Amino acid sequence: MKKVLIFLYFLFISAAAAQIPSGNSILEKADQNEVSGNKIILSEMTIHARRASRSLKAKSWVQGKERAFTEYLEPAREKGTKMLKLGDQLWTYSPSTDRIISISGHMLRQSVMGSDLSYEDMMEDPELHKLYEARVVGEETFLDRPCWVLELTAKGVDIAYYSRKVWVDKERFVLLKEDRYAKGGKLLKTLEVKSVIRVQERWVQNVVVFKDVLKTGEGTEFKIESIDFDASIPETLFSKASLRK
Amino acid sequence: MINFLFKGIIRDRSRSLFPFLIVIAGVILTVFVYCYIKGGETLIIRLNASYLTGHVKVMTKAYAQESDQIPNDLALTGIEALSRELEKGYPGFIWAPRIRFGGLLDIPDEKGETRAQGPVLGLAVNLFSPASKEVKTLDLKKALVRGRLPEKQGEMLISDEFAQKLKVEPGETATLISSTMYGSMSINNFIVAGTLRFGVTAMDRTAMIADLADIQSALDMSDAAGEILGFFGDSIYHREKADEMAVSFNSRYKDQTDEFRPIMVTLRNQNSLSALLDQFSYATGVITGIFLVAMSLVMWNAGLLGNLRRYGEIGVRLAIGEDKGHVYRSMIYESLMIGFLGSVAGTAVGLAISYYVQAKGINVSSIVKNAAVMIPTVMRARVTPFSYFIGFIPGLLATLLGASFSGIGIYKRQTSQLFKELET
Repeated sequence: MKKVLIFLYFLFISAAAAQIPSGNSILEKADQNEVSGNKIILSEMTIHARRASRSLKAKSWVQGKERAFTEYLEPAREKGTKMLKLGDQLWTYSPSTDRIISISGHMLRQSVMGSDLSYEDMMEDPELHKLYEARVVGEETFLDRPCWVLELTAKGVDIAYYSRKVWVDKERFVLLKEDRYAKGGKLLKTLEVKSVIRVQERWVQNVVVFKDVLKTGEGTEFKIESIDFDASIPETLFSKASLRK
Repeated sequence: MINFLFKGIIRDRSRSLFPFLIVIAGVILTVFVYCYIKGGETLIIRLNASYLTGHVKVMTKAYAQESDQIPNDLALTGIEALSRELEKGYPGFIWAPRIRFGGLLDIPDEKGETRAQGPVLGLAVNLFSPASKEVKTLDLKKALVRGRLPEKQGEMLISDEFAQKLKVEPGETATLISSTMYGSMSINNFIVAGTLRFGVTAMDRTAMIADLADIQSALDMSDAAGEILGFFGDSIYHREKADEMAVSFNSRYKDQTDEFRPIMVTLRNQNSLSALLDQFSYATGVITGIFLVAMSLVMWNAGLLGNLRRYGEIGVRLAIGEDKGHVYRSMIYESLMIGFLGSVAGTAVGLAISYYVQAKGINVSSIVKNAAVMIPTVMRARVTPFSYFIGFIPGLLATLLGASFSGIGIYKRQTSQLFKELET
C-alpha cells in the first residue's frame, strides 16, 4: 500500500510539472506572435513629461526585424523627420538641415523624441528568446488575463538590460507587462499594456505605456492607430536615399 | 637709542646678516604665496562668474536641484518679463539670460554625410543685442584665435582645440545635434565664424558659443532660458550684498510650491565654490601662520646663537650697570629693526616676483585637467594693497618672538658671577 501511495505521489508531481511549459518555450511563442514579415503601422506617441504632455504621430514601415523606416507626421516641428534602421545601423534625417545623421555609440542611449524609449530600445532584437534564458517564476492575473510570469536573464554581455521580468498571456502569448533591470538589479524601465486587439490572426499590443524609471514624468503612451500585416513595401524604401525623398 | 642700535646693525653685519636673510626669505615667500593665492581666487571667481554662475543666478527650483545635468526641460519660461522684473528690482545690476546645453557637433562632408563628430558643451548668450555685455563679460575678442566673432544669426564659435580635432575651419558648416526643451532630437546647422581659446581645459576640449536666439529656436525654447545670470555693475563679487539679494528675492516666492518658481542662488552656493573659496581663505591664514612659526623658530635659534656670541658684550653691559630689562629691550628693538628692514627688502622682492607672475602667469594645465570646477590653465598672481603689508606680519612677529625667547637668558645671568665669567 505504501509503495502504491509513493507511486501515486510521484505521478501527481510529474503531471503537475508537465502542465507548466518551460520559460523558453513560452517566450518563443510570444516572439512568434510579435515578429512578423512586413507591416505598416500608424501610431501616436504621447509623452507625459514633467512639465507638459505632447503627442507625435508617425508612420512606420517594418520588414522583419532587420529593417524599419519611420516618418514623423505631427507636430509641425517634427514633421518630415525620418529614421532608417538597417540591421544594427540607425540614421535620422532632419529636413530643416537636410542632414542624414548616423546614430551610434552613446547617442543610442538618448531618448527618442523625448519619450521614455531610447534608440537602443528601438534597435533591440524583438526575438527575446534569442537574447535571454527564461524561467517561469509564477502565475498572475494581469488585465483580467491569466499570465505566466517569466524571469529572463541575458545570455550575452552586450545586451541593454541584464534581466527582465515579463508577464505573458497564457492563452494569447502576448506580452502584457514587463520590468527591465540593470545588472545590479536596479529597475530601469517598465512597460504596461493597456489594451490588446486582434489583427489578422495576431494579438497586437494596442496601447502600451513605457516608463523610464530614472526619469520624472508619467511615461510615454504608445498607441497603434492602425496596423497592416504582410503589406507590400517597396525595397527602395529601406535606403539612405529614401530619407531625403 | 634707535640710531645707536641701527649703527650697530650696519657696522657689525655678523650680528644682523643671518637674521636679515632669514626674514627676507620668509617675507618673499609669504608675499608671493599670498599674491598667488589671491590671484588664483580672483581668477576662479571671475571665470566661474563669467561662464557659469554669475555673481547671482536665477533659475527654476527644479532646474537648480539638477543643474549639473543641465536640465533644459526644467528651464525658466517667460524670461523677457522676468528679466524686466529683475532690471527694475535691482538697478545697476547686469542680467544675462543663458542656455547651457550638451550634444554632438557633427561636421558634414560634401555629400552631407558625417565627416567628423564629437560631444559638445554649449553656451548660448546674447551676442547681437546692442545692450548686451556678453562679448565683454566672456572676453571673447581676447579669446579669439581664428576667424571672427559671429556677426549674424546662424553663426557660432567653437574652441580652437575642438575645431582642430574635428578638422573644421572658420566658414564651414557644423551641425549641432542636441535635445529640445521637450526632449526631441534637435538638428541645426551653424556656420563656424571663429575659434576660441578659453584657457580652461574642459571648455577648450569641447565648447561652443552661439547666440541665445539661435539656440532658443534650435532647442524649442521660445522665451525660455536655463538660467539668468546677474553681475554687479562694477564686475566685483560682493558676497554680503549677493547674499542679501538672494534672500530678498527668494522670500518673494517662498509661499509658492510650484517647482518651476524662480529662485536666486549666489556664486558661492554653486558648483562647490564655497568650499573652494573657503579653502583659499584658510590657505592664506595657514601659509602665513606656517611662515610665522617656522621663521620664529629660526629667529629664536639665531637669537640664541647671537646671544652666545655676544655673551661677553652682554656681560660687560650688565657689569657696568646696565639694567637687565634695558639690555633685553635693546635686543628686542634691534631684532625689530632687523625684522623691519628684512620685511621691507623681502616685500620688495616678493612683490617684484608677484608682479612678474601676475603678468606672465604659470601654466598649471597638467594639474587641473580633471578639475570639477572651472579652473584656468594659466594661474596668475594678483597684487592687492594688502600684499604690501602681509610680509610684515611674519617678518616683525617672528623676529620679535625669536628675540623675546632667546633674550630670556639675559635674566639668568648672575651679577655676582659676571667678573668671574669675564675673566675666562
